[in-house]
Amino acid sequence: MRNSSRFLLFVVVGVTVIALLPCHAHYRQQASLRPMNRPPEELTELQLTDLCLVTEARHTRHPSLADRHAPFQEHPLALEFFPSGSFILPPSPHDSP
Amino acid sequence: MIRTGERQRNILEFALSSLHRRRGRNLSLLAMYVLIIFVLASLLFFVSALKREAALVLHDAPDLIVQRMIAGRQELIPVEYGAEIASIRGVAEVRSRLWGYYFDSWNGANYTVIAHNSPTGTEGGAAIGSGVARSRKVKVGEMFPLRTPGTEPLLLEVKTIFPDSSDLRAADLIIISTADFSRLFNFPVGKVTDLAVTVTNVRELPTVAAKIASLHPDSRPILKSEIQRTYQSIFDWRGGMTLLILLSAVLSFIIFAWDRATGLSAEERKEIGILKSIGWETSDVLLLKFWEGCAISLPAFLLGVILAYGHVFFLSAPLFSQALKGWSILYPRFQLVPVVDISQLLVLFFLTVIPYTTATIIPSWRTATIDPDAAMRS
Amino acid sequence: MITLSGVTKAFSCGKPNEFTAVTNVTLEIPPRQVTVFKGPSGSGKTSLLTLIGCMSRPTSGRIQLHGLGVPIPFQEDTAVPLEITGLPERFLTIIRRSIFGFVFQQCNLITGISVLENVMLPAYTSGERLSEVARRALLLLEQFGVARHARQPVELLSGGEAQRVAIARALINNPAIIIADEPTAHLDSKLSQEFMEIVSGLKRDGKSILIASHDPIVFDSGIIDRVVEMRDGTILDDRSVR
Repeated sequence: MRNSSRFLLFVVVGVTVIALLPCHAHYRQQASLRPMNRPPEELTELQLTDLCLVTEARHTRHPSLADRHAPFQEHPLALEFFPSGSFILPPSPHDSP
Repeated sequence: MIRTGERQRNILEFALSSLHRRRGRNLSLLAMYVLIIFVLASLLFFVSALKREAALVLHDAPDLIVQRMIAGRQELIPVEYGAEIASIRGVAEVRSRLWGYYFDSWNGANYTVIAHNSPTGTEGGAAIGSGVARSRKVKVGEMFPLRTPGTEPLLLEVKTIFPDSSDLRAADLIIISTADFSRLFNFPVGKVTDLAVTVTNVRELPTVAAKIASLHPDSRPILKSEIQRTYQSIFDWRGGMTLLILLSAVLSFIIFAWDRATGLSAEERKEIGILKSIGWETSDVLLLKFWEGCAISLPAFLLGVILAYGHVFFLSAPLFSQALKGWSILYPRFQLVPVVDISQLLVLFFLTVIPYTTATIIPSWRTATIDPDAAMRS
Repeated sequence: MITLSGVTKAFSCGKPNEFTAVTNVTLEIPPRQVTVFKGPSGSGKTSLLTLIGCMSRPTSGRIQLHGLGVPIPFQEDTAVPLEITGLPERFLTIIRRSIFGFVFQQCNLITGISVLENVMLPAYTSGERLSEVARRALLLLEQFGVARHARQPVELLSGGEAQRVAIARALINNPAIIIADEPTAHLDSKLSQEFMEIVSGLKRDGKSILIASHDPIVFDSGIIDRVVEMRDGTILDDRSVR
């Protein structure tokens, strides 16, 4: 097999795999919506407001509910909870009174 | 037509064997290129998957949360506030929420404790997240103690452990009954943590929030839209994490493309001269350089993206979770549901493959236009 | 046959460092002969060869190719003489590729790739199947006794072998005219003799051969048909050897 054929084959396989990624993603998304994969009712009832990503500080566990100045206690560039603390930003400015 | 295709393939063939000559250099180039694309694509996949999760969580969130602020800090809110807010026109329901944090001095983890009277949340029972179960090493049916301000610890029986699949919502949750919650924290009677407000018409939300604020100037209404915005800004490309990685990747890419663009060696120049003298056209030489660029950048893009997909969605992004973990003791073990944003992949393609390929062609341009007799004069 | 009439080549026209490499040369070169351009360096012989070989265009004058027997895409009728002076670069390249083969002073082989690939290089851009080109290249390498090195990188070749590979490369597109510029400059006497033997073989195969050289081994060789002596861009002497 010529090198160019090998290269083109590689590209075709690569492009095919990448084209299949959205299909796989769609399939997995559908699967996650099936009743058995949904979060338990007990959790949805709680009306949670935040993702449990970083648990080390109040404003990283519940960025949306924290005191507005809390993130600044270590922001910017404070090293207390680096690196996670530095990418949880302060909540965006209020638009209600 | 066949001849054109054959010509392209022949030139590609030569481009490949030309790259093969400087195998070490080109393989390291490819490896570095794959790494950059891998990091960038991982970031794209990771962030879009988290955005989806956040949107799902926020879907269930209350329309409005009312906190009470004293001296710039969140304080407990009296239940009477709830009754008054419920009487505002347009408010459908007000639910008092009792929740707080528990610092586990035994292992240094932080838990979120929520009071909720549900079938499993009967007195003495608890529903816990799998993160808590892991850090406390408990199974369903077992007992575990939590310290209280009093002398007696609160003993709880594990009724439910939430599955790993809901770790992104619940890894650190301990859900107990209202009575146990009061005992655990010696919680003042007549106060709650905050109020969850549901309105009949979402468009009235700002009006309702304004009324609440004027009714109780010490209250802080937080709209669902604000929560959404908070999450958008965390996962925004300007967000700390994203920006950091983006910047470093883009910088290294520029250095790398610069190296390519300026690095047309005397040897390469001589080769172009030889090719011209033996009957290659300027366009043939540029085509050769185009294929040389493609032979590096195309596989790098394909490999980088595919590896990133595996990294984020099959291996749960170990590279990023290290950064996210930070100092957390308790860390969710989530398996992200894949999200592929094709337009983002296209942007990534145009920002990496195209500049690199161009950077390979441009410096050859001048050399490729030399007179074919240059080789004879040297 | 190649005819040149009043061909002049000047460099850096209109600038202070303007100089004329070839001045008003009129010449007829009959086919299937070995013609040697003799003269000291700077006499304009290399420039004249680049003009004939479609590598550069004359400043004034005309160059015509007659009875090439090779159809050119834009001129199917091979009987009409082809005026190459005014053609755009694209067409010149096509002519150069299909009619001329070049052997340079340095072998000008590309290092790092195999001998076989070096020989095949001029044919890559024509859109021919590579397997066919490789077959021809191997035949040529065999003809010159270097077939055993076909898969080796060119740096491992000796000077004489490299020269033969360069000749094989010049022949890959089966050109009618071979142009060699100081081909023996880097060869010792024995290898130069060998080179002249190869030239005589090519002549037997019906090729026209133009050589620029100031090496006595070349212009005193018995196979030469004609010697054109040049100095300062003009022809001093043009004599038939036989």
